[in-house]
Amino acid sequence: MNDSWENLIAGVKNRDIRAAARLITRVENRAPGWKEAMSRIYSRTGSARVIGITGSPGAGKSTLTCAMTKELISRGLTVGIIAIDPSSPFSGGALLGDRLRMKEIFETPGVFIRSMATRGMLGGLCQAARDVVRILDLFGKDIILVETVGVGQDEIEVVKTADLVMVVCMPGQGDGIQAIKAGVMEIADLYVVNKADMPGVDEAVADILAMLELSTETGKPSAPVLKTSALKNQGVKEVVTAFLDHRTDEDRRQAKAEIRAREEILSLLAQEVSGYILKQWENENRFCESVNQVLKKQKDPYAIVKEMTQRFNWS
Amino acid sequence: MNQGGKIRVLVAKPGLDGHERGAQVVAYGLRDAGFEVIYTGLRQTAEQIVSTAIQEDVDVVGLSILSGAHLSLTRKVMDGLKAQGADDILVIVGGIIPDPDIQKLKDMGVGEVFVSGTPVSAIAQYIASAVSTRKNAG
Ligand SMILES: Nc1nc2c(ncn2[C@@H]2O[C@H](COP(=O)(O)OP(=O)(O)OP(=O)(O)O)[C@@H](O)[C@H]2O)c(=O)[nH]1
Ligand SMILES: [Mg+2]
Repeated sequence: MNDSWENLIAGVKNRDIRAAARLITRVENRAPGWKEAMSRIYSRTGSARVIGITGSPGAGKSTLTCAMTKELISRGLTVGIIAIDPSSPFSGGALLGDRLRMKEIFETPGVFIRSMATRGMLGGLCQAARDVVRILDLFGKDIILVETVGVGQDEIEVVKTADLVMVVCMPGQGDGIQAIKAGVMEIADLYVVNKADMPGVDEAVADILAMLELSTETGKPSAPVLKTSALKNQGVKEVVTAFLDHRTDEDRRQAKAEIRAREEILSLLAQEVSGYILKQWENENRFCESVNQVLKKQKDPYAIVKEMTQRFNWS
Repeated sequence: MNQGGKIRVLVAKPGLDGHERGAQVVAYGLRDAGFEVIYTGLRQTAEQIVSTAIQEDVDVVGLSILSGAHLSLTRKVMDGLKAQGADDILVIVGGIIPDPDIQKLKDMGVGEVFVSGTPVSAIAQYIASAVSTRKNAG
């Protein structure tokens, strides 16, 4: 396979699965030329609907993603799935296990699943996920489902870039719902209480409704709360219908789009600038040394950043 | 495949044996060695393994087989990869493999065979060096 950017992009347009998989790897690895490649495809993206799926660990996000995908396919839509799991901060490796719950759709025509590690990308996860979404969009996927664990700030940032955010919880999880309060609630468009085949569902629904009543952000219609059993394939049709029918009102949509565009430019800029400076420092082997100096309390981080940026005559 | 990025490994169990423990130990061990491991667990068909390997653009497919059917299962995966033009992916096999079959697996194109009890660190070392050799070659 000729792996030039040009060929890979042409392959994706022709719905060549290998080309899409390769292009994703290259862009995810930030191989030289990735920005130019993304820049070339940008104008041809934007037609897929992107659904962010987040919620507490083990709530059934992957199982539900699989069930929803089957439903979407039966409605004649094509689906791309991006399943994000954390990288280990110690080894840099990752165990990407979401596919375990998606076996039924491994070979379904029209489905493309990609597991992605967070790679400790200093806020770069968000951008990398956006890039992968765009590649699947270029590929022609109608719906793109992005699964993350809704604990880290980075992961929350990722689902924020979706057109619609679905928060998945499960019964008997008082503290899970507590966790949702911190940050996810502001961005949820739809709540799903999964594992409705287990006791305590109605209590969980009531908890969420009570919480929603407390904070009705002005202008934001309150998010619907639905029940599913992903395992028994109950309530899944209703969830799919809810997000396909979901229409964000125009003002809110525009406000969101503006924030998104602003944040994307700023984050690309921040990475570019810090990447540039860091590269010079790493060439000079100074970065590790600086980290050590901070550890030994010989220097403080503020002073180091000042040193790093001095040559630009900032401040 | 990856260029300076993380090495991606698919760990899968083809066939019907239900012993997942070994595959899990390898999956965790490889993660701790710094690889990105896609774990798909038990009872994978060759078709599922091939389609996962391609979509995930992995560098390595690790098959864990304890059922005794390693020759036919591995053959199916190798053929499937080849049919998709993906036979540049390194395939390794682990499990209970009798000595005479090791060479047979290698003749099919399997990169290395790790019999049960091999420390994960040895597998990790093999992967790291084999993948870097392949990249430099290709
Ligand atoms: N009883 C019941 N169990 C379910 C249901 N959905 C998922 N599970 C089980 O819950 C466990 C976790 O499911 P996953 O789909 O992996 O959950 P997840 O939210 O994706 O998990 P992480 O990605 O690890 O955060 C598995 O054992 C599933 O079989 C359901 O509707 N009912
Ligand atoms: Mg999951």
